[in-house]
Amino acid sequence: MEENNTPHSPNEIENSKISTRRNFLKNLGLAGVGVATGAAALYSGHIFEAKKEATGESKILLTQDGKLVSVDSLEVKALEKTGEDLRESMCRGGIPGRRWVMVTDLSRCRNARKCISACQDAHHLRPEQFHMNTLQMQDAPNTAPYNMPKNCQHCDNPPCVAVCPVDATYKRPDGIVLIENDRCIGCRFCMAACPYSARIFNWIEPKDSAKDQGLEYNAELNLPQKLGTISKCLFSADRLREGKLPYCVEACPNGVYYFGDENEDAVTNGTTKETVRLSKLLRDNGGYQLMPELGTKPRVYYLPPKNRLFPFEAANDATPEKV
Amino acid sequence: MTMDDNKLTFDKITSDLTHHIRINKCFLIWMGFLTISLLACLYAYSIQLRTGLGVAGIRDYVTWGLYLANFVFFVAASLIGMLISAVLGLIGMKWLTPITRIAETIAVAFAAVAGLVIVSDMGRPERLAYVFIYGRPQSPILWDVTVITTYFVLSLLLLFLPLIADMAIIYRKVDTLPSWLKSVYKTLSLNFTDSPEQNKIINRSIRILLILLIPAALSIHTVTSWLFAVTSRAGWDSTVFGPYFVSGAFVAGSAAVIIAMFFYRKNYKLQDYLTDMHFNNMGKVLATVSLVYLYFNLNEFLVPGYKLKRADAVHLQELFAGKDAIMFWIVQLGGLVLPILFLLFRRFRKPLPLLLISIAVLVAAWFKRYIIVVPTQEHPFLPIQHVPQNFVVYTPTLIETMITIAPFILVLIIITLISKFFPVIPLHDTAREKGIEHVNFE
Repeated sequence: MEENNTPHSPNEIENSKISTRRNFLKNLGLAGVGVATGAAALYSGHIFEAKKEATGESKILLTQDGKLVSVDSLEVKALEKTGEDLRESMCRGGIPGRRWVMVTDLSRCRNARKCISACQDAHHLRPEQFHMNTLQMQDAPNTAPYNMPKNCQHCDNPPCVAVCPVDATYKRPDGIVLIENDRCIGCRFCMAACPYSARIFNWIEPKDSAKDQGLEYNAELNLPQKLGTISKCLFSADRLREGKLPYCVEACPNGVYYFGDENEDAVTNGTTKETVRLSKLLRDNGGYQLMPELGTKPRVYYLPPKNRLFPFEAANDATPEKV
Repeated sequence: MTMDDNKLTFDKITSDLTHHIRINKCFLIWMGFLTISLLACLYAYSIQLRTGLGVAGIRDYVTWGLYLANFVFFVAASLIGMLISAVLGLIGMKWLTPITRIAETIAVAFAAVAGLVIVSDMGRPERLAYVFIYGRPQSPILWDVTVITTYFVLSLLLLFLPLIADMAIIYRKVDTLPSWLKSVYKTLSLNFTDSPEQNKIINRSIRILLILLIPAALSIHTVTSWLFAVTSRAGWDSTVFGPYFVSGAFVAGSAAVIIAMFFYRKNYKLQDYLTDMHFNNMGKVLATVSLVYLYFNLNEFLVPGYKLKRADAVHLQELFAGKDAIMFWIVQLGGLVLPILFLLFRRFRKPLPLLLISIAVLVAAWFKRYIIVVPTQEHPFLPIQHVPQNFVVYTPTLIETMITIAPFILVLIIITLISKFFPVIPLHDTAREKGIEHVNFE
């Protein structure tokens, strides 16, 4: 049409008119966009210059992971985040530089259940709600029975995190799988997906919900517990942030638990406070993981129940009442 | 055929297919009954809303119970719209015309309610919007929400498009209607005048919908099966779960359609339209899909049963000879094997025997969902210890049962309303098939 400027039929004349009108509008639009972009560029340049005049020195700052850095004061901006946002992003970010790991020595467990009560106290759980539970195991009819403390395995390939529809449970860089019960919709897909039955649900009003009312939510402690949401072992992320061992590890009277940092290759026994090499401990004692064939890559290791310190006694503790 | 014959026949068809569109005593009593029952069940749900999911029997080990089994059943029943309309329709089976709307009505009702069923299983239903705000596309729940919504919209359109012509006919021809209803039909019929262009647009749209419906329907039930199959639990960890669920859905849906056909034929006096031939053919459809389902059942149970891996062995032991054995064998024999054997004989494909077989199949289909969902969770990989007895064995509560019944009442209400206010059998299409080419619209 543009090559042939002399239209021949009325139809073509009409087309050409439309075409010209369309081109005009297009050009007008382009010009408008151009003017707007130019104005925006000028304005942002002005703001930048205005800021530059105000400061001009470098500042020394402490980062979250404890390093001192020098930053031009031009680059320093106040975080426009609320305290809650900040706490959440810190919580999701984990504790920098760490890869938490737990070793449970089955040869030392005599089902004292001190770990369980410490955990239930810390997280305000009912007697039938277990973040940590000691199971009486027997692998085959002819093999010896043993006690096995079982908590969340904090898998590196966590099936629960994969299936969560709302990102309410997540894997932190420091290895811990956490829950945000402000976000949880209570679909329980994570419970169905977990092969270790590690997750529990608040079917009824949580034990201390009246007492905990008004408490600011702490995802690292999962307190206050909330009706209709999930809870589970958190590796006591709140204690780790204070540089302390988890509640269960500290409470064990029999030296069952070692806890530490895979990056440092060191774990500390919660009872004896002895720190040993993780790799050596696992190598010397035949450390293993629960159901590694499922590909979940647990962060909890077990040492086999050989040369046991205590004879196995069938548990006869009272079953919690119906809930 | 002369003009007079033509008119006579068309008037007769119109009156036959629309005479039930009037509010009578029976309808009011039935709706009143449904409404009161629904209110009772909603009261049960209000208790759950106030005090939490703990009013149900589900606990930490069996965490998905009646509600989820019900959800799977509802998604399954809704799949029939795709089999009848899309698969068989696109192949060009003409005898299906009077059944298509029945199938689509069932599809729309069950698909619409399935979404509500799953909300009743949420610990925090008030956070439903989080699924859209914070949704993670990696979670099969997001896939399920997407495909069920898509399928529902497609099914609703597929129900509506063939209704346009029917409503245009009804508001012009049926004088007994109240005027408000006439104006509703007039609005919904979108100025349809049976012109060739309009018919072309509608037919093309229906064809596109039918083609789109196939992948959408396959997706809804395949994805629903993946809610289970993506876990590693014995009994769920299966690669045939998708087709296993889809073929099972066709069985449940065919049975539901046959039950609805029988009811409409009797109550709306449609013997001339829903003939013995239609029942005979639907009997064959039910037998065929049941055979396919039987094949997947064989795969699902025989293969792990041959190897007896530790967790599978415990699971199958419970199903075949343990706690769940009675339910399992009644469902498998009474709801699948025996119906197939009966349906091989023509005399069992007559309306009444076929109705009875279909009721057995549909009830068994519901319990089959229970068997798929619940027993697997009663024997996880690690032992269940130090918890109350009701954590170990799942027992549904009364409130939970009422909340499970509520969606059925809702489905019945939707189906009743649709079939009360619209012709159960496509009017315009039936006239066409009887050789009435052009309907006088003035």
